[in-house]
Amino acid sequence: MAVANPTQQNTIFTPFNIVAAIIIAVGLVLTVMRFGLGLGAVTNLDSNNPWGLWIGFDLLTGVALAAGGYTTSAGVYIFGMKKYHSAVRPAILTGFLGYALVPIALLYDVGRPWRLPYPFVIQAGPTSIMFEVAACVALYLTVLFLEFSPAPLEWLGFKKLRNIIVKLTMVLTIFGVILSTLHQSSLGAMYLIAPTKLHPLWYSPYLPLYFFISSIAAGLSMVMFEGALSHHFYKDRIDAHHHSEFDEVTLGFAKAASWVLAGYFALKVIGIALDNEWHLLNTPYGHLFLVELLGFVALPSFLYAIGRREKNLTLIRFTALITVLGIVFNRLNVSLIAFNYNLPADERYFPHWMEIATTLFLITAGVLAFKFIVTHMPIFYDHPDYKDQH
Amino acid sequence: MSVSRRKFLKFLTAAGAGTAAATVGGKKALAQHKHYEGYPGAYGVLHDTTLCVGCRSCEAACNEVNKQPKPDVPFDDLTVLDKKRRTKTNVFTVVNKYEVPGYGPVFRKQQCHHCQEPACASACFVNAFTKTPEGAVIYNPNVCVGCRYCLLACPWSMPAYAYDSAFDPVVVRCTMCHPRLKKGLKPGCVEACPMEALTFGTREDLLKIARERIKKHPDRYIDHIYGENELGGTNWLFLSGVSFDDINLPMNVPHHAPSDLTGGALAVVPAVVGAWPVLLTGVYAINKRKEKIAAKEQKEAVAKAIAETEGKGDEKLKQELEKAQKRAEAETAKAVKKAVAEAEAKFKEEAKESV
Repeated sequence: MAVANPTQQNTIFTPFNIVAAIIIAVGLVLTVMRFGLGLGAVTNLDSNNPWGLWIGFDLLTGVALAAGGYTTSAGVYIFGMKKYHSAVRPAILTGFLGYALVPIALLYDVGRPWRLPYPFVIQAGPTSIMFEVAACVALYLTVLFLEFSPAPLEWLGFKKLRNIIVKLTMVLTIFGVILSTLHQSSLGAMYLIAPTKLHPLWYSPYLPLYFFISSIAAGLSMVMFEGALSHHFYKDRIDAHHHSEFDEVTLGFAKAASWVLAGYFALKVIGIALDNEWHLLNTPYGHLFLVELLGFVALPSFLYAIGRREKNLTLIRFTALITVLGIVFNRLNVSLIAFNYNLPADERYFPHWMEIATTLFLITAGVLAFKFIVTHMPIFYDHPDYKDQH
Repeated sequence: MSVSRRKFLKFLTAAGAGTAAATVGGKKALAQHKHYEGYPGAYGVLHDTTLCVGCRSCEAACNEVNKQPKPDVPFDDLTVLDKKRRTKTNVFTVVNKYEVPGYGPVFRKQQCHHCQEPACASACFVNAFTKTPEGAVIYNPNVCVGCRYCLLACPWSMPAYAYDSAFDPVVVRCTMCHPRLKKGLKPGCVEACPMEALTFGTREDLLKIARERIKKHPDRYIDHIYGENELGGTNWLFLSGVSFDDINLPMNVPHHAPSDLTGGALAVVPAVVGAWPVLLTGVYAINKRKEKIAAKEQKEAVAKAIAETEGKGDEKLKQELEKAQKRAEAETAKAVKKAVAEAEAKFKEEAKESV
């Protein structure tokens, strides 16, 4: 076992901790304001712009970036790419935390959070895409929790329960892929009902497919990007096996992401062709669309291919960052920037600083949870009791 | 092929699912396409914007009927018309003034359009909206979670949300005075209108009246009844002398029900739930079998190699033994020969000496 003790820090007043503490403190105050005074007190939302940063970023982007969980586990357990096994636990953890952010963000965003279970227990509205979203989030969060649970169970020493859950891996993985397919795509499908409000370059009957395919690229890129960060910051928590496999993971995932992005690019072009929207490309929104399509889809697809061919890990990691930013850009375009594009400027939405601070608060809470888990639980190393069980 | 079916197939083909799944979803999509004509005899209101003078009487009546707080600016103050306004939680209807170049000002009243198949109802995941047989769309605040998807779904952004309420936020919109309709009364705004710019009646009758007006005065109206087909038809109808885009009634609203927009995506759900486990377990089984075969082949190859090596070893050993034997035999023969020769030589020597 090559796990060293976590570095003993002499002081808790590290720059990271101080910044995190400030963000958490502000976030707690904002939380009290949000629940005590209502949405109007902390957001710039209005009746023309019902969904803001909390939906556009926390929910849409958060879920897309949490897609690493299902892509990695499907690759390893279903498609038999066992050489990437060491990437599964970190990816599941990121997925679990990303999805856990969704109901928490929704608690902040919906008007009566205590009624969140209503669609399932009081009165269902199954014609709503939102119903599908809600059902899939609830089910997939449960699946992710179970997929993630062997790590804390190993940490706490519940061997029997851990072994039962590990036996369920295949079933959980298949459930995870079904639910993710539906859920990722249904987030795009939510906008199908607003063809007059979303700019035609982004609105397409393919929206569900775009969201699903791009989530795969997002998930793969997050595994590479977040992995690179973890291997930098948690050197001492990562055993030799995980270390040696990680470069292989990066190269393999880069190849996959390059292909997926190429397919996504083709689909986006087909979408424009089908609706015959070429003339819109040379408008301000068209330019924005081209920046997204060429700069954040075509370019990373190309760079991933080069990085893979030349085994250039630095280039691949840089490309992973571009892809992740591209997904953020795309989701914000659909939900905020190209949404309500025909409203005059003074009726458009821009997030209040308190909305941004609340989002930062939730992300920081997620990062702290990640830190706690990887320093205490077997994520980047194999637990000594289960070393040879793959 | 119907629109929704085509859309569904487009989506499904792209998603790469099989033909079996297409049959399942296709039927559902077809069933959804059946055009809904609305409740027979349902009421509506025809708003003729060419008759409206922007007096705000309808706003005052609405405020009164719905027992809303009196606004700071009284209803007879028409300066508020200079600014664009929208419905709010305590204002169910507003009249806006649109300056149309070459035509002059147009006044248009805005409120819920009371769609035959409302987008808000289609979008609501707790089914809080009901289309009543009277024609009004009503809302149940007791189940509303406050997700505001209805606000996003409405093409005219008519629902307003009570963002300032922490514990009791509701969605608010015109109810077409549903309680009054039930009592056989007209909506408050219609009763108050001094210009007959608002006409109350069954939707069928209103459409006839509207067509008649367009036919009689082709120079006064553009040839379009807004709401006849928009979003599959609305119970609130509009007539105008200018393009509807100029009075903030977008002409790009689809002419079919909102379920046509989302039905295809929803129909994919059972297809994915049914097809994915089969496909994925299939892929898993194929991989497992590949591994098994590979392992078997490897094992066989190793066994064969060992056997071959052993066989070759035996042969070699035999050859070596034979060689060694031959060598030994040869050496023995050589030694015998030598001994014989030596003995012969000795014998000859001895014979020589004895002579």
